[in-house]
Amino acid sequence: MTIITILLLLSVASLIACWVERFNTDLPRWVALFAVAISLLLAVSGLEAPLAFDQQALISSSAHWWQSVSYVWIERFGIEFALAVDGLSYLLLILTLVLGIFSVLCSWTEVQYRVGLFHCNLLLTLVGVVGVFCAVDLFVFFFFWEVMLIPMVLLISIWGHEKRAYAAIKFFIFTQASSLLMLISIVALVLLHHQQTGQMTFNYESLLNTQLSDTQGYWLMLGFFIAFTVKIPVVPVHSWLPDAHTQAPTAGSVILAAVLLKTGAYGLIRFTLPLFAQASIEFAPVAMVLAIAGILYGAKLAFAQSDMKRFIAYSSISHMGFVLLGIYAMNAVALAGAVLQMIAHGISTAALFMLAGMVAQRLHTRDLQVIGGLASAMPKLAAFGLFFIVASLGLPGLANFAAEFLVLLGSFSTQPVYAVIAALGLIAGAVYCLALLQRLYWGKQKIPTAYRAPKDLTLRESASLLILALALVYFGLRPQPLLDAAQRTIDGVIEPMLAYKQSQILLVKESQ
Amino acid sequence: MTNWIVWVPFLPLISAAILLLHPLLSSKVWPERVASTLACMVLVVGFLITVLVAVQLSAEGMNHYSVELAQWFSTGRFSVTFGFYIDALTLVMMFIITGVGALIHWFSSAYMTNDDGYTRYFAYLNLFVSAMLILVMADSLLLLYLGWEGVGLCSCLLIGFWYQDSRNGYAARKAFVVTRIGDTAMAIGLLLLFVHLGSLDIQLTMKNAVALWQQNDGWATLCALLLLGGAVGKSAQLPLQTWLPDAMAGPTPVSALIHAATMVTAGVYLIARTHVLFELSTIVMATVAAIGAMTALIAACSALVQTDIKRILAYSTMSQIGYMFYALGVGAWSVGIFHLMTHAFFKALLFLTAGLLITSLHHQQNIFHMGGLRQRMPVAFWSFIVGCSALAAVPMTSGFFSKEAILLKAYEAGGVDILWLMAVTAAFITSVYSFRIIFVVFAGDYTQSDEVQEKKAVALQWPLFILCALALMGGWLEPQLSTVFEPQPSVTLPGADTAEAEHLLLGIVLTAITLLGILIAYRIWGKGRARQMSQTLRPLQRWWFDGWGFDKLYDLLLVRPLLRLCYWNRFDIIDTVFTLLAEVSHFLHRQFSLTQNGSLRWYAVATAAGAALILLIMVLL
Repeated sequence: MTIITILLLLSVASLIACWVERFNTDLPRWVALFAVAISLLLAVSGLEAPLAFDQQALISSSAHWWQSVSYVWIERFGIEFALAVDGLSYLLLILTLVLGIFSVLCSWTEVQYRVGLFHCNLLLTLVGVVGVFCAVDLFVFFFFWEVMLIPMVLLISIWGHEKRAYAAIKFFIFTQASSLLMLISIVALVLLHHQQTGQMTFNYESLLNTQLSDTQGYWLMLGFFIAFTVKIPVVPVHSWLPDAHTQAPTAGSVILAAVLLKTGAYGLIRFTLPLFAQASIEFAPVAMVLAIAGILYGAKLAFAQSDMKRFIAYSSISHMGFVLLGIYAMNAVALAGAVLQMIAHGISTAALFMLAGMVAQRLHTRDLQVIGGLASAMPKLAAFGLFFIVASLGLPGLANFAAEFLVLLGSFSTQPVYAVIAALGLIAGAVYCLALLQRLYWGKQKIPTAYRAPKDLTLRESASLLILALALVYFGLRPQPLLDAAQRTIDGVIEPMLAYKQSQILLVKESQ
Repeated sequence: MTNWIVWVPFLPLISAAILLLHPLLSSKVWPERVASTLACMVLVVGFLITVLVAVQLSAEGMNHYSVELAQWFSTGRFSVTFGFYIDALTLVMMFIITGVGALIHWFSSAYMTNDDGYTRYFAYLNLFVSAMLILVMADSLLLLYLGWEGVGLCSCLLIGFWYQDSRNGYAARKAFVVTRIGDTAMAIGLLLLFVHLGSLDIQLTMKNAVALWQQNDGWATLCALLLLGGAVGKSAQLPLQTWLPDAMAGPTPVSALIHAATMVTAGVYLIARTHVLFELSTIVMATVAAIGAMTALIAACSALVQTDIKRILAYSTMSQIGYMFYALGVGAWSVGIFHLMTHAFFKALLFLTAGLLITSLHHQQNIFHMGGLRQRMPVAFWSFIVGCSALAAVPMTSGFFSKEAILLKAYEAGGVDILWLMAVTAAFITSVYSFRIIFVVFAGDYTQSDEVQEKKAVALQWPLFILCALALMGGWLEPQLSTVFEPQPSVTLPGADTAEAEHLLLGIVLTAITLLGILIAYRIWGKGRARQMSQTLRPLQRWWFDGWGFDKLYDLLLVRPLLRLCYWNRFDIIDTVFTLLAEVSHFLHRQFSLTQNGSLRWYAVATAAGAALILLIMVLL
């Protein structure tokens, strides 16, 4: 029930936000802030939260889902409005809502045009994302997948920067084209299931039992894989991301980086691997190569950028490569690392985009050739910049390191060669992160003459960055709650894979 | 009581956090005295706790003491905790870090005065000390790695402390990236160790390694080599040594603390800590020895021709760490650590004295622009005499004892081989360049036009006096590490007499070499004037001055190609595939829209032509 309440609350709030703008332009901000904050409270209190921090209770509880609801929606096609939450979706749900709050906060002074509509779109995006993370009916999943896209496109195309229309269209076409492939796969899967059992259903758990031949599985898996990897994004289908990030308003970038990219990774873990276990195992080497390509190629491109938001966007591609690597290493430790990386990257990149937004708002440019050496003009901003850059290059003790280390450790035990090449990403990460530090904060002060003497961070800005920084420190030193919460989901995904691999090995042995 | 040891790394951490975060709460800038007092006091307290714990442990006859703090993370088979493991080796390192560290903090409080970033400086310095303590106290390799990266970061931040100058920023980034290359090798080593031995706890890993691997097992060699990669990067040894001379861009006390006394010796500590693993592989041990001896010689040659006083000391540090590696490579573990300790004393002294010189001379660093400072700067003069004597291994100074011990152990292990000769040559060159500094800077008459005065703050002088005492007497403080490196053949061999004779002979040889070096230095620079190099030696001088061309080589092989690649592909070539797709559609769109021109004649012709084409096809088929 909690999830339904949250979805309703956010949807209704989006309409209210649109409406109250006529009374006061600040009202929509408060509406959005309260709606997301209350949703967060609901999520934390209503979703059996105690379980999340109690390993024993988690293991002993028999139910896989912490909470689930289901209503018949379109009976003829067996479509149910089914939502459920387990450890993984719980973590991502909380991440979404927390960063939702920050995205409202960071647009407090930045967005002045059509404030109501802006927050309406922001909340609708959150509705889509929350739905995606909780849907256990493939039709409902696809529905929310599309819900999350449209308001995001609007956010970019209305409140974006100079090339917003181009970026919005590119983002839309990439995502839409790839999600059509997923739709085809979903329909095909449902029909195959119908042929086998005579039962028409989109239910996730029923579809898990579909028997697929090798070729069928492979092609259907590809449909899902492409849709999800475009979202992550993985080289070579990444090129919408730098444009979308660069042109989006700060709140858009924050949501995009922190949450939207995670839906792709979530989809791989929740749907691609369990539905097509066999095909995924065969496909894993390809996916891992793509992951490594993403890590290194993203790093290389980040280094060469002169637009600070583009810089962060490419660094995102590099970091998300570790997530893909962790997912396809077929190993519980690596998958746990991937989940941790999703959260750590969400926090650190959101903070970097917020910082970039603060700089752009003060100096009216994102061009690193025009601005630089900000440390002497804005010491607090530079201090936070330093912290998040260092977090993003993977300093031990902060969450990103724990994540990357687990991914490398897990993939090293199954695929040592890939892991060693991916570890080169650690060097590349240091190179481009320090390059950003040098160009933006160090060196001679370069500030456009029109905006001399910019103001340092306000209390609201410092406070929100400080919270994110503390979160990274906390999860860097104590990632255990996150790992525990996701453990059951991870085991649920990995065990069938391992069992399948084991049976293959036995088969080979018998045939000898 | 022994539990207090936990506070030793945490106090500086807390102090750093306070110093870094207080500007967020109040806009008032703290007075300098508050920041420096806080920063110094936490170190002094740390030092006292270390003393108390050391006394307690030896009173209870405990060889080691471990304390578990908390779970870090565990998933599946993998689990790490935060825990400290204290033994004699750790205690020696902790004494150096907190003791020498406190003196350097004290010195800094006067050296950095009136700097805009005074608080930031002490925050970073405390953060560094904390990370370094975690590095040496860690009971697991992962926690060690945390400290390892932490000190790397602080080193980077302090090298780039005066960040407005982009050259400093470049040096800082170079230091971090070059060491990160080694660190990544080390990280892979950790992965390999975990996959094979199932743990990252140092003591357990070492035990498992011995149990699982035979002597010269391939995996053991590989693991040791990867760890060596990390050590080589951090300790500025061949082939990752290029960052250290540039690292002198930071404030001079930073060079004393990080790039002389503590961080750069982390590699030595790592190898000593995991010596069991290294002993498993003869090849790796030989590699360590070879790297050490070669670096000792190469860096000494470079030190001989530098003109910047800090760069001379930087190359000298590299060379002395080469000695430590050489000692480790021949299995003389405790002697290597002994040299680490004496080196920390005399090199910290030399750097701090250089700092006193530089700040008194309005940031002049070129030794050939100094000259004749003996009367004007008595404290600096006598400190340099002491420091350089110890560096050059003049008998009865601390450096003499440790260096002689290294050469003796190496001789016992391998006789007079090529590496040993390299090490002895390096010792000779060391004494030449040490006294080159003294003669060039202090001898002769003062020739510069502007009047200079030695600064006379208490904090600028007293740390030097204490370090002078340590550099002179440190030889009698040889740490007892037999409990750490236990299976040493402590039995007196039958040939003890010959060993005694060798000991004496070697002492005489080393003394002779040192004195010869001083004599040569006197012949060339003794009159306080710069000798012109003869023309034939110029290219050699140039080559050594540039650090044997390693920078140029790496620039040519790695940096430039990568930069060019990045620049060439800065617009992301993959994106052009998609834009091309869009352009093709656009092009087709334009072509087709040409057909919709609204002209009836054109439509009629097109219809007719189409009909004709279809008819033709039907007829033909």
